[in-house]
Formats: sequence, structure tokens, C-alpha cells
Amino acid sequence: MTLTVDTLTTWMNKFGEKVSENKQHLSDLDTPIGDGDHGFNMDRGMKAVNEKLAASKPQDVTAGLKTIAMALISTVGGASGPLYGTAFLEMAKKSSSTDDLSELLEAALAGIKMRGGAKPGDKTLVDVWEVLVPEVKNGSLDKDKIKKAVESTKDMVAKKGRASYLGERSKGHIDPGSESSGYLFETMLETEGLL
Amino acid sequence: MKKIINNPHDVVPEMVEGMVRSYPQYIEKIEGTEAVVRANKDSMKGKVGIVSGGGSGHEPTHAGFVGEGMLSAAVCGQVFTSPTPDQIYAAIKAVNQGQGVFLVVKNYSGDVMNFDMAKDLASMDNIPVKSIVVDDDIAVENSLYTQGRRGVAGTLFMHKILGAAAQNGASLDEIDKLAHTVLPNIKTIAVALSAATNPEVGKPGFVLKEDEIEYGVGIHSEPGYRREKIKPSKELVNELVGKLDQEMHLEGDKKYACLVNGMGATPLMEQYIFANDVLNKLEKFDIKPSFMKVGNYMTSIDMAGISLTLFEIKDDKWLEYLKMPVETIAW
Repeated sequence: MTLTVDTLTTWMNKFGEKVSENKQHLSDLDTPIGDGDHGFNMDRGMKAVNEKLAASKPQDVTAGLKTIAMALISTVGGASGPLYGTAFLEMAKKSSSTDDLSELLEAALAGIKMRGGAKPGDKTLVDVWEVLVPEVKNGSLDKDKIKKAVESTKDMVAKKGRASYLGERSKGHIDPGSESSGYLFETMLETEGLL
Repeated sequence: MKKIINNPHDVVPEMVEGMVRSYPQYIEKIEGTEAVVRANKDSMKGKVGIVSGGGSGHEPTHAGFVGEGMLSAAVCGQVFTSPTPDQIYAAIKAVNQGQGVFLVVKNYSGDVMNFDMAKDLASMDNIPVKSIVVDDDIAVENSLYTQGRRGVAGTLFMHKILGAAAQNGASLDEIDKLAHTVLPNIKTIAVALSAATNPEVGKPGFVLKEDEIEYGVGIHSEPGYRREKIKPSKELVNELVGKLDQEMHLEGDKKYACLVNGMGATPLMEQYIFANDVLNKLEKFDIKPSFMKVGNYMTSIDMAGISLTLFEIKDDKWLEYLKMPVETIAW
């Protein structure tokens, strides 16, 4: 479960492709409970990530993770930019002492919680990360678990972000940030040699 | 979607370019960003910088209020999307004169996080930065279990008061104290007739029936608290003033500033009719506003609707700040 520059780059390419293919779907999820732009913002961010990775050819994992973090922070905006950006920035910091993916993901999750202040059950991407990071650690991540984690946000009442203004009416909709996080974990599975 | 644009992706840079080129006497672009700074640099010398910003689509907010006596810089994010920390930080650096910088943030999770990250960046460079998170929209219940109240049109008064205080030489700590004293006295409530269409999304944020209105809608088409059939202006005013009264307990022996704000697609003709009804209604409380503004200040692209802000003026100094002349595009 060692993260290398190569697996990191492949993972990001695959994640970027998946976000791009599904940008309309992500924005549609964001329309009833947000402002309908999650897919476009993430697509803009991941395009920048993959352009910068291709241009800068990072020499080590730390440099790669930092490039990803800065690209996300400076292009996504909204709430997703700081949350995903902080996740990769915390992974970059942690990567100076370990290249174990599950430990890096634990640092990322702690960063997301610190930045956004969300707890499990608040109907945010934390609900996906909280469940799936231990699965990565146990070597038991699979598609069904990802799907289940993403779907679990459907019946939650949002307590953070724009969806929280809807209160009970936020029920019945999957959280768009959880869906895009689901893609991040799915593309981990699809990246050969990563898990 | 029918809009006068070129490409939906270019809306923000092209708008910023248009603003700075049309009004070079007030603003200029900060190189490599979509942020604008005062053209009159001398007016910032030795003063605390006031920086605001947020998603675009609320014009003339925020860039239209950059200039002597008001904002020092404004950061323009993507449409309805918070600007990024690097851009906010560029604005902080552009206005810092050694006296520190004060940030005016509206209470949305994205804005709060991005401005916080910019603050972290500034503190690494030893630039003292303080901030206020404006949350004047009373449509939302204040609760620990939500993001809390949204920042909407009342932010305009915050910009004006802090800009004037900074111009008069107030310190960063004084501005911080002033901002926190003023904030609980600014309250806003809106009514929408139709939703905004974000050019990148291409369709409206929500759909109201031909004869329907919604009270309490936010400036990014966030849902309000009640839908019903359209009513005469007077009755809309009764509802909105009633809500504000419940919140702030309007009384004739208190002083108020009043802002009737168009949301983007509501003609000034209707705004003045509404303003007239507001003044009539306030008269019933023996209130004659000490300061009033009517117009499109905090818009929501092409949303039709109006917001009403009342600001209880507890200190005559605040009124003086509101009345101080400024050099901006839009005040």
C-alpha cells in the first residue's frame, strides 16, 4: 500500500477522468441541496491538477501531493477547494515520514475534519472518508462498500454547508461531495499497484 | 438560457476586465488574479486595509465598492463560488500598509474556509489580519446544527462603516471591535419572484410558478421559508417588516438605516414602489429612517425580487460613517 509518484499520478488521472465524465451528474446532485456547480468546480480543479502534474513532473510523493493540493486550493473555490486541498496538503505533510497510503489518508481525514468542522452524520464527505479510510487500512475496500458509504448520506439531514439551510428537506438527496469522494476511492481501486 | 456573454467559463475574467477598464479612476486589477484594488494608492497610506470578496454574480458587490472611503480591495470568485485563498492572500498583500488588514466575509462555508486559509497564509508572513463573518439574513434560524445565518445585502452597511473608519485612521483592533459591535444590529430579509440562472449551470436554481413568490430566499437561490401567491407590494412589505420587527423590535425612539435592494431583475420602478410602502409601514412605528438607499447593490445575477435591510444605529458615529463621501463605482 505504498504510494509512489507513478501510482499517485495514475490515480489522479483516473480521478480527473471520472470527475470529468460525471461533472453534469455531480452538479445535478448539487442542484436540489446546493448551488449546482460541484461537478464544474471539481472538473476545473482536477484539470489543473493533471496539467500541473504533467508539467512539473514531481520527483517524489511529497512534491506530487503538494502540487495537487495547491492546484485544488487555487482553482476549485467554494467549500470543496479548501476541503480537498487541505486533504492533499495534510497528506503531503505526512508523506515526509511515511509513504503508506492508509496513514496518509488518515492524515487527510483529520485535515478535512479540522478545516470544515463536520462530524460523521452531518451529510458531508466526512461520512464517506470516515467509513472508507479504515477499509483501506484493513485491505478490504471494494466497490460495494464505497457505494454503501456514498448512499448512506442520502437519508441524512445536512448540518454543514449550504444544504444545511434545507434542514429536513435535505433528506432524500445524496451529498455531492460524498459522491465525488466516492470517485476518489473507486479510482484507488482502479489504480494498479496502489492498494 | 439567454445571456449577453461569450463563453460561460469566461464570465468572471471578462467582467472584471470590463469593470477595471471602464473605471480606471477607481480600481485596477491585481496582476495574475481576479481581484481588484483601489487605483488611488495614496488614499490607503498608513491605513488599515479592508478586503472583502466572495462569489461573483452579486455585482456591484464587491468590486463596485472598492475606492477611497470604502473597500481597499475585493476578490472576485467564480460565479456563486468563494474565491480561492491564494487570490484573497494576493489582495491582503496588495493593501497591507503595515497597519494590518481586516477581512469582511459572508457566512457561507466556502467563504469562511477560503478566507481562513488566506489568513493562515498571511500570518506566516507576519501580516496581522482580523475578520468578521456577516450573517444578517434572518430567514434562517440561527442554530448550532446548521451553517448559521447567511450574509446578504446588509454586508453593504458593514463595508461602508468599516471603510469610513479605516479612512479616518482607526486601528485594526478598533475596526475589529467596531465590526463586532455593529454586526448584531444589521438584519435582512428577502422575497423572490424568480430564481437566478448561473451561466455555467444554464438553468434556474429553482422554479416558482407564474403567480408564486417565495419569502426568505438567499442570494444564491437558497430556499426560503414560505411560498405563496404573489401579493400587492404593501402586503409583501407587511410580511418582511413584520419579520424584521419580530427580530429587532422596531421602536420609534431608535434610529435606523434602511436598504431596499434589488436582486438583479427587478426594475427600479418596482423597488421605489416597495420603498414607498416600506416608509409608510415604518411610519406606523413612528420610524423615519436616518439613512436610506434604494437600488441594485447585492444582486443575485438575474433573480427577480427584493431584500429589505434595517440597521439600528446605536451610535451617531455610525451615521456619520454612512454619510461620509466615497470614491467608488457603485455606492
